Amino acid sequence: MTEHNYSTQVISVLVYNHPGVMAKVAGLFTRRGFNVESITAGKAKYEDMLRLTIVVKADKKSLEQIQKQLFKIIDTVKVSVINPDLKVEREMALIKVRSQNGLKSELFQLVDVFRGRVVDASPSGFIIEITGPVSKIEAFINLLSINNVFEIARTGTVAINRWPVKNQTTQEGRI
Amino acid sequence: MRMNGARIIVESLIREGVDILFCIPGGTVIPLFDELYKNGNDIRLIIPRHEQGGTHAADGYARVTGKTGVVIVTSGPGATNTITGIANANMDSIPLVVITGQVPTSKIGTDAFQESDIIGITLPITKANFLVTHVKELAVTLRKAFYIAKSGRPGPVLVDIPVNIQQNQTEYVYPAKIELKSYNPQEFGHPKQIKTAIKLIAASEKPLVLVGGGVNFSDSTELVNEFCNALNLPVVTTLMGHGVNPGREDLYYGGIGMHGSLYGNYAVQNADLIIALGVRFSDRILGDPRTFAPSAKIIHVDIDPAEIGKNTNSHLPIVGHVGSVLRLFLKMDKNVRDHTEWISELTRLKKKHPFTYDKNKFLKPQHIIQLAHKYFPVDTIVASDVGQNQMWVAQYFRFKQSRKLLTSGGLGTMGFALPAAIGAKIGNPDNEVLMIAGDGGFQMNIQELMTIRRYDLNVKMIVIDNKYLGMVRQWQELYCDKRYSATESPDNPDFAEIARVIGIRALTVNCPEEAEESIKELAASKESMLVHALVDPEENVLPMVPAGKPLDQILTKM
Repeated sequence: MTEHNYSTQVISVLVYNHPGVMAKVAGLFTRRGFNVESITAGKAKYEDMLRLTIVVKADKKSLEQIQKQLFKIIDTVKVSVINPDLKVEREMALIKVRSQNGLKSELFQLVDVFRGRVVDASPSGFIIEITGPVSKIEAFINLLSINNVFEIARTGTVAINRWPVKNQTTQEGRI
Repeated sequence: MRMNGARIIVESLIREGVDILFCIPGGTVIPLFDELYKNGNDIRLIIPRHEQGGTHAADGYARVTGKTGVVIVTSGPGATNTITGIANANMDSIPLVVITGQVPTSKIGTDAFQESDIIGITLPITKANFLVTHVKELAVTLRKAFYIAKSGRPGPVLVDIPVNIQQNQTEYVYPAKIELKSYNPQEFGHPKQIKTAIKLIAASEKPLVLVGGGVNFSDSTELVNEFCNALNLPVVTTLMGHGVNPGREDLYYGGIGMHGSLYGNYAVQNADLIIALGVRFSDRILGDPRTFAPSAKIIHVDIDPAEIGKNTNSHLPIVGHVGSVLRLFLKMDKNVRDHTEWISELTRLKKKHPFTYDKNKFLKPQHIIQLAHKYFPVDTIVASDVGQNQMWVAQYFRFKQSRKLLTSGGLGTMGFALPAAIGAKIGNPDNEVLMIAGDGGFQMNIQELMTIRRYDLNVKMIVIDNKYLGMVRQWQELYCDKRYSATESPDNPDFAEIARVIGIRALTVNCPEEAEESIKELAASKESMLVHALVDPEENVLPMVPAGKPLDQILTKM
């Protein structure tokens, strides 16, 4: 297996919400030695199904294996890799920040620039909500002084493909 | 009709055509065993001495009959004892349904007496597993379990049934058909891929068919024979593929891989096309994956899409049942390239490098296996254990029919042979069943000798006793300068005496002169019998491709 050409990929998996299905999916990654960055799960369009969004670091070959092994789980209905060019990707973070004299207005400005929101305030500090692609959230966290940050809770990535643009698909079809 | 869960299990088993159960009772399956008792004789209960033995026996039963092997055990230790058996079946794709008792639903998660999270434990070693949490789900879950175990790429399925579910009452309806939206094994290969494959086969000058367990256990062996014969294709097998027999010796080149034949491995390394049928390209076959079959295009036919490209790249994957794909291959134009030169090249090598061993004053294990091959009928079912004995069976026993070699190919489970032979005999009482095990593996499930006695099974046994864990010792000779760390076993018991105490005929053989008579006697015996063969302690399995090395770097001497 080649050790280069690793890239971050987002896999979307639709599964039946049967007991143990999360353990099956999560176990697969350790068992087969795949690198996971995040797994999120939530109800899908259908009542009895879950949509899992899994962010992995993988090369082409292991990405293919991951998809096949995921599909092999009996409860798996569909596995798809999110197309990086058509991806709409979001993560949400709740960040608990300590109050510090004089830094309040600077912090609020920063939150504004990143289109975040202050969702809780108290004499001891604030809670900031920020949503966006992973890169935006990381950029925001990097700007906060680590000493000021008390706690961070992140949801992990969810992603979905955009509607295909009609012309584009026909063109691709021709190729 | 209204009935309790235990009765529903029995009714469902009958509906699935189960007539043999490998089972050991216990606290959480008492209601179920009560129903089995009341049910009478439609389902025969085989009670092994240990749940691992029972699971391997069900595995052996499934391997010879093609039916699903069914195991029933209690919760906790009963369930955990089946794990090696389940993992073994999972690696070799053998259909099993393992029903485990569980503590009552109200006690799950409290570390109750004999509670174990068998669902969690068996997650990575089953094709699917289910915890039944309501008696209403019981029938449909069992239906699903049997369907999943047998369809597609077969495998073990575990159903965990709490004891209160067995006692609760409900209306029994067995679903006639089961549809799983998320599970649709692909039976037929893609027509376009098959078309391309046929073109590749027609154009090939040095084709080679590689046959694996997928052929053996999907009963496609006859089709492979026909295919090879019709198109003049030489054939080699993996360990799990033994049984293929194209009918012409110049088309058969035996096993390949670590202890495969020199000519078989040569064929792989020099072929220009490999038609791989029902194989998963394990590391024991590939040697060094980067140098495997360097000049060949690989057509990989397998029912499990995850096997395609997992261990080696294939140029043309075909996902589907081997049999259905072969039927289409057989329709192709038989006017293909002339392979005569390729075949005569292989034949020359085959004549020049047969499997061989040096004779000395000791009894040779290979000699014993050659004799067994000579005196046992062609349709004998051989259950081998794991290690040197397994490789010698593969080398010196020529299997000409499918489902005749039972061996733990993937997991390499020592202790498999004896219980597997028991299951095979129960499933196929008309065939001779011969168990061949080493002294190490034989002792790992030796308690099952009592099962042979209990059911008066005519199982023939050869224990190849070299007083070593021989295969490990061979590696220690090769890589550790003969530092035989923990592999010696000079204090082995007299296995013949053990057999006699249990009530099984037995004899000991320790010199080459007595070998023939003893194996003749074993083959002729009308009841179960054991031959304890004391063999050359430091005999090696050769040829050998050291692990991870290219298949053409094959050692013929140590």
